[in-house]
Amino acid sequence: MTATTFEPIAARSAPVKTQGLVAWARLNLFGSVSTTIGTVLIGAALALIIPKLLGWGLINAVFAKDYEACHAASGACWGVVSEKFRIIIFGRYPFEEQWRALIATVVLLGLLIASCMRVCWRPWLGAAWVLVLALYFTLMFGGVIGLSRVETDRWGGLPLTILLASVSMALAFPISLVIALGRRSKLPAIRSVCAIYVELIRGVPLISVLFMASFMFPLLMPQGFTIDVLVRVLAGITFFAAAYMAEVIRGGLQAVPKGQVEAAATLGLSYWQTQRKIVLPQALAMVIPGIMNNFISTFKDTSLVTIVSLYELTGAMSLALNSDANWRPFKIEGYLFIAMIYFVFCFSMSRYSNWIEKQVNKSKLR
Amino acid sequence: MSENIITFDKVNKWYGNNFHVLRDIDLQVKQGERIVVCGPSGSGKSTLIRCINRLEEHQAGHLVVDGVELTDDVKAIDDVRKKVGMVFQQFNLFPHLTVLENLTLSPMWVGKMPKKEAEEKAMVQLERVRIANQAGKYPLQLSGGQQQRVAIARALCLKPKIMLFDEPTSALDPEMIKEVLDVMIEMANQGITMLCVTHEMGFAKAVADRVIFMDQGQIVEQNNPHDFFNNPQSERSRDFLSKILGH
Repeated sequence: MTATTFEPIAARSAPVKTQGLVAWARLNLFGSVSTTIGTVLIGAALALIIPKLLGWGLINAVFAKDYEACHAASGACWGVVSEKFRIIIFGRYPFEEQWRALIATVVLLGLLIASCMRVCWRPWLGAAWVLVLALYFTLMFGGVIGLSRVETDRWGGLPLTILLASVSMALAFPISLVIALGRRSKLPAIRSVCAIYVELIRGVPLISVLFMASFMFPLLMPQGFTIDVLVRVLAGITFFAAAYMAEVIRGGLQAVPKGQVEAAATLGLSYWQTQRKIVLPQALAMVIPGIMNNFISTFKDTSLVTIVSLYELTGAMSLALNSDANWRPFKIEGYLFIAMIYFVFCFSMSRYSNWIEKQVNKSKLR
Repeated sequence: MSENIITFDKVNKWYGNNFHVLRDIDLQVKQGERIVVCGPSGSGKSTLIRCINRLEEHQAGHLVVDGVELTDDVKAIDDVRKKVGMVFQQFNLFPHLTVLENLTLSPMWVGKMPKKEAEEKAMVQLERVRIANQAGKYPLQLSGGQQQRVAIARALCLKPKIMLFDEPTSALDPEMIKEVLDVMIEMANQGITMLCVTHEMGFAKAVADRVIFMDQGQIVEQNNPHDFFNNPQSERSRDFLSKILGH
């Protein structure tokens, strides 16, 4: 046997893709009989639908705030959006005071965006939340520094949607952490309290929680003692979202290997240090898609508060059209408009979730 | 007797109601002694050393580590864990922290050491295991042998009196075993008390003061490595040695 010398092959870069659009289409759209049939069928359907959509939404549409022209036209009536814009966006909030709601909402949105950025994850962020919420409520509620008072039952539209969603998410997250850890506690009492909480809340629809918060809760309170309906509804959504989120987080906690906790124990870390520095960072990183799922559905669930006469975005939209017989027939256009608003928010959340997933998975890249 | 740093006195442990995993363990370990524990799988050797830092709790008997008896007392457990370092088969590095952060975590959070000082001391330990150039990487970016050396350095950051090794080379590729054993041998020569569960008989011969052979939850035989390998006393250990040395 002759000895062979080992000659390492130098690393090369991956081959450059040479396919153009035609090559791509041939491979992916007409690669086999079945894909060709699929391509033709879908193409035909699109050829049928798109002209109709364009005709309705663009060519034959009316953009002017003119309901008579709208009734006469065969296309969409986008005039309804500009005509009812202020009511859809701000609900029953007094017309002359809507600048207050606008400022409050813009500041709150700004804080939400800042909270998403890594450079802002500093201790002052908590203080900023307290300040901004104080500003939000002062502006919205008024009654001080010359601002007229606006009761919470007149709050509405997008400001209310954003308030309900952001505050309930911000509160539900820490609650769900505690519940998830509690369900894995060594103490049976804590474990069962947390389990009962989750099962009770998950066992009923959000609508019934809102009903109870709005109508039943006052019956149980002593005479003369009231909590604002907005606060009760906010608490209802928060506890509801927390129950679901707790289960998502518990799934992540269970996926952290036992050896991690053992290693932390041998290093002398306490229970809370271990959870905070070792277990939760890994558990949460694993369940980001699930958490974002919950955030998105909580955002959309806020539309249910209409049921207890709080007119957030969806409620404000029906309010705007139902009260005006001239514009009532153009609900589809109105709903498409608010659907677009919901989509912008939900899609941004979804993109953010993708980004943060990449951030936390950096340690796994080679 | 005062020089015994670890004393097992009729220690018994059960998993559930029926699995009697440690049976009447009597064992004294002297300060600075280097002990290798071997035996077939399921014999209780890992459980034995995991009792020393209370990752497992014993249900009967007494176990004293450096003058502290291990009971349910949380403070006693904390005391003991400060003196005992441990290295695991699966490394158990924290994957979301860099190598350096893995090492400074406990000194900073448990020892309340300033970050700069903790990092300096961590770098000293990384030099010791010859991996200082990887300090900024994440554990999963390293090879198994490198990860295990980081784990050893992490344990050493606490300045332990006792080091426990639970099959430290069993999860490694053959080519990487040596680099880990070299580090362990170096450490053994510096006078730290070591208990090591391993099947690396070469390591046992090179550094152990005593080899303990376990089977079915009992200590079957303990002797110095020379006599244990050349002249095992019990039938069971002869049988075991013929299997692991026979090929």
